[in-house]
Amino acid sequence: MKLELKGITKRFGTFTANDSIDLVVEPGKVHALLGENGAGKSTLMNVLFGLYVADEGEVLLDGKPADFDGPGDAMAAGIGMVHQHFMLVPPFTVAENVMLGHEQVKGAAKLLDLEAARAKVKEISDRFKFDVDPDAVIEDLPVGAQQRVEIIKALSRDAKILILDEPTAVLTPQETDELLSIVKDLRDAGTAVVLITHKLREVQAVADTITVIRRGKVVGTAEPTASQAELASLMVGRDVSMTVDKDEAKPGKVMLTVDDLSVVDEEGIARLKHVSFNVRAGEILAIAGVQGNGQTELAEALLGVVPTTAGTAMLDGEIITDKPIKDVLHSGMGFVPEDRTEDGLVASFTIANNLILDLHDKAPYAKGMALQPKVIAEEAEKHVEQFDVRTTSIEATASSLSGGNQQKVVLARELSRPLKLLIASQPTRGLDVGSIEFVHKRIIAERDGGAAVIIVSSELDEVLALADRIAVMYHGEIVGIVPPDTDRDTLGLMMAGAHEEEAA
Amino acid sequence: MTTTLEAPQTEQPDADVASGPSWKIPILLGVVGLIAFILFGLGTPSGTHTTFVVSRGSDAIQIPSWAVPAQAFALFLTISALLLAGVSAWGVATRRKLGSWVPILFGLAIIASILVWAGAGKTATSIQVTGLLIGTVVLATPLVFGALAGMVCERSGVVNIAIEGQLLSGAFMAALVAGAVAGATGSSTVGAYAGLLAAPLAGALLGAMLALFAVRYWVDQIVVGVVLNVLAVGLTNFFFGTVMRENPDLNRAIGLPDITIPLLSDIPVVGPVFFDQNLLVYAMYALVIIFNVMLFKSRWGLRVRAVGEHPKAADTVGIKVNRTRVRNTILGGAIAGLGGAFFTVASGLAFNKEMTGGKGYIALAAMILGRWSPKGALAAAMLFGFADSLREQFGIIGTSIPSQFLAMLPYLATIFAVAGLVGHVRPPAAENIPYKK
Repeated sequence: MKLELKGITKRFGTFTANDSIDLVVEPGKVHALLGENGAGKSTLMNVLFGLYVADEGEVLLDGKPADFDGPGDAMAAGIGMVHQHFMLVPPFTVAENVMLGHEQVKGAAKLLDLEAARAKVKEISDRFKFDVDPDAVIEDLPVGAQQRVEIIKALSRDAKILILDEPTAVLTPQETDELLSIVKDLRDAGTAVVLITHKLREVQAVADTITVIRRGKVVGTAEPTASQAELASLMVGRDVSMTVDKDEAKPGKVMLTVDDLSVVDEEGIARLKHVSFNVRAGEILAIAGVQGNGQTELAEALLGVVPTTAGTAMLDGEIITDKPIKDVLHSGMGFVPEDRTEDGLVASFTIANNLILDLHDKAPYAKGMALQPKVIAEEAEKHVEQFDVRTTSIEATASSLSGGNQQKVVLARELSRPLKLLIASQPTRGLDVGSIEFVHKRIIAERDGGAAVIIVSSELDEVLALADRIAVMYHGEIVGIVPPDTDRDTLGLMMAGAHEEEAA
Repeated sequence: MTTTLEAPQTEQPDADVASGPSWKIPILLGVVGLIAFILFGLGTPSGTHTTFVVSRGSDAIQIPSWAVPAQAFALFLTISALLLAGVSAWGVATRRKLGSWVPILFGLAIIASILVWAGAGKTATSIQVTGLLIGTVVLATPLVFGALAGMVCERSGVVNIAIEGQLLSGAFMAALVAGAVAGATGSSTVGAYAGLLAAPLAGALLGAMLALFAVRYWVDQIVVGVVLNVLAVGLTNFFFGTVMRENPDLNRAIGLPDITIPLLSDIPVVGPVFFDQNLLVYAMYALVIIFNVMLFKSRWGLRVRAVGEHPKAADTVGIKVNRTRVRNTILGGAIAGLGGAFFTVASGLAFNKEMTGGKGYIALAAMILGRWSPKGALAAAMLFGFADSLREQFGIIGTSIPSQFLAMLPYLATIFAVAGLVGHVRPPAAENIPYKK
């Protein structure tokens, strides 16, 4: 089935997410939709899938206009979508998830025909060697397997066009390779695949056609043979350096010592198990791993947001575990949380106030019980300029800023204290390439200024670009700490739980 | 914190990292067992007997009454309970999973010891076993309806805390219509059945209001529920004080007749308990069975559960999330309304102010204790019904426990059950979260 999008325009208020986009997807081809976060790729696909209604333009299927009133219609027309955040019901089995919405029934009582659903799952699973058990419960499955269930779900509805929205964001490198080979198999079986991504390597590996989107517009098409630098500059709109410039690390004394640290969550599940490591002044330790393997808990336990059940952390000779967060911050820790809108900023506060969240009760920002608005404003102007925060005014609310500029505000605040240790979780998630460069430079500058730095990142590229040493986490444990020149495959296997010796 | 997808976690807590096994239950059982041993074991006078009467005078097959030496029996029971507490502690210490039979047997032993103690040396009165069980079923009936109502709503993601108000409005409507129809037709039986039919309408109306505010206007569901409860109290009080007072005919004590099932009702104990009840009780069993099948085996149930767990996933496969929620909320209201008829026509009573007396909240507890399943709700409601029935029984035989404390029994059982025995339950994930596109 051939899919054509003609002049699709979608606006949210005054913001134009898609500006008259044209796109043709041919059967038996992989069409990559390349663009930065926020470029409008997902919006476009949600329009196609019937989740959003386009303001202008039309969708043609085999030359006939299609009008979708909800995802049900899109699926009936043969369009399947694997969402970035999986649309699976966690307590249901694979078979139940696959049958949901188009259940077969049997008998006079019209009860669910689970047998038929199981058989269907098995058939598709065998055809593409997915190795998925129809009776497994979704929440017990690894992410890679959940994604295959999503693909089975789409195929069980006879999808002729399969949309994959950032499918590799949550996968280990090995799972990514498996997925890409599945994509090739699907293409060879005649399915049209739309691959939405911002990862250049994947595009080069499987795409037959590449369309690049920037700020809601199609800015060009490229051949899969194009170089990464060409693709990147097309995607960003200017030449970008693909590497981070940094000098050799000059590690000093041990700044942070973590010994046997453990965290158990409210449900009694161990999230961090006997983690021990140290970080020296002037070096960056990157914590790599697939999201949800204890990195968040580690960072938050060091700050003191989550209680620890065992072990200690020592910052410059002082024990910081079980100290109030305020004391930890003032003893020289900077913390950039992974979810900046939720934990890093108060969205409805002004930029100026967000910049003094940690110091609002200290001179010169406060005198007695009163804030000193003049001092606060002066300091804010200084920070906004230093960190190149693009805003109309320091009195604008944090929520009015783009993601990149919000992150700059968080960094400006955290780096304004003299730091012994900087912890940055997913420091560039969702940022445009320009902001990424800036954030990376500031982090390296902090290292060169003599602070110990911990970066938590699920992006292997970022880990490899910044790290002086790499600690890989899996299921709450550090499976190994390796040098930064370790190859991707080894890191990938470690991210799946293999120890360094086995992986190498 | 994080909104992105999480990698799967090992669900088994690692023994050496986890904060250790929970000693809550063994300690709870031990303390309760010890108190029971002192109060009821040692407190039962020696040389007395307690008589358990199994059959009623009207039963076809008579089973002889049973008299036991009170003190020996009470000691035996409370020591057994303490042993069970020990078994539970042993289970925790050796990290064995013992299952729910320990707390259940424990509870039975404690209850039996209280009965032995209460009936010790009473010659004029005795423990009416069959009566106790009939009372259990009858008193559990509104709880089962209420719990089913809550379940139907919550499984689709709408918290229904308005069960109390829905019961009350159902009770009111049943009495009103029963009175009116009985007056018009001259037959109180016809009137009672008409009241039974009308009761769900009142509940459904409250359900519709809940759906309107919760689903359409995204108002916090707990707040709407509480407000609806207050509204139901206010409206029924108002009409009770005006319409019903001016026309006493509209609020008469009219009862549903018992339907005796031939042969089955002659079985000792089981017969009178299960096969000699009115239509509402039979309807309760039917609904429990129907919903158990529908919720877990039908297309409707699969979709409802999907909507309550992950509405967006349901939406992306073409299920209308908000329509499902509105329908379920109204259906739930109707079920609770029907349950409300218990208080008036099914009990043969006239309507009275706030006569549901918090049963709606206990129904909510029964739903949670039953883990949002119809079967579980039935079992939990029976437990609470038994506690209530026990209270009535004690009232009849007379004990030294002040009646105010006896009145607390069902609520104590609720707290004990919900806090101590439920452990970790997981409500539908999308509960109380409006679905906005």
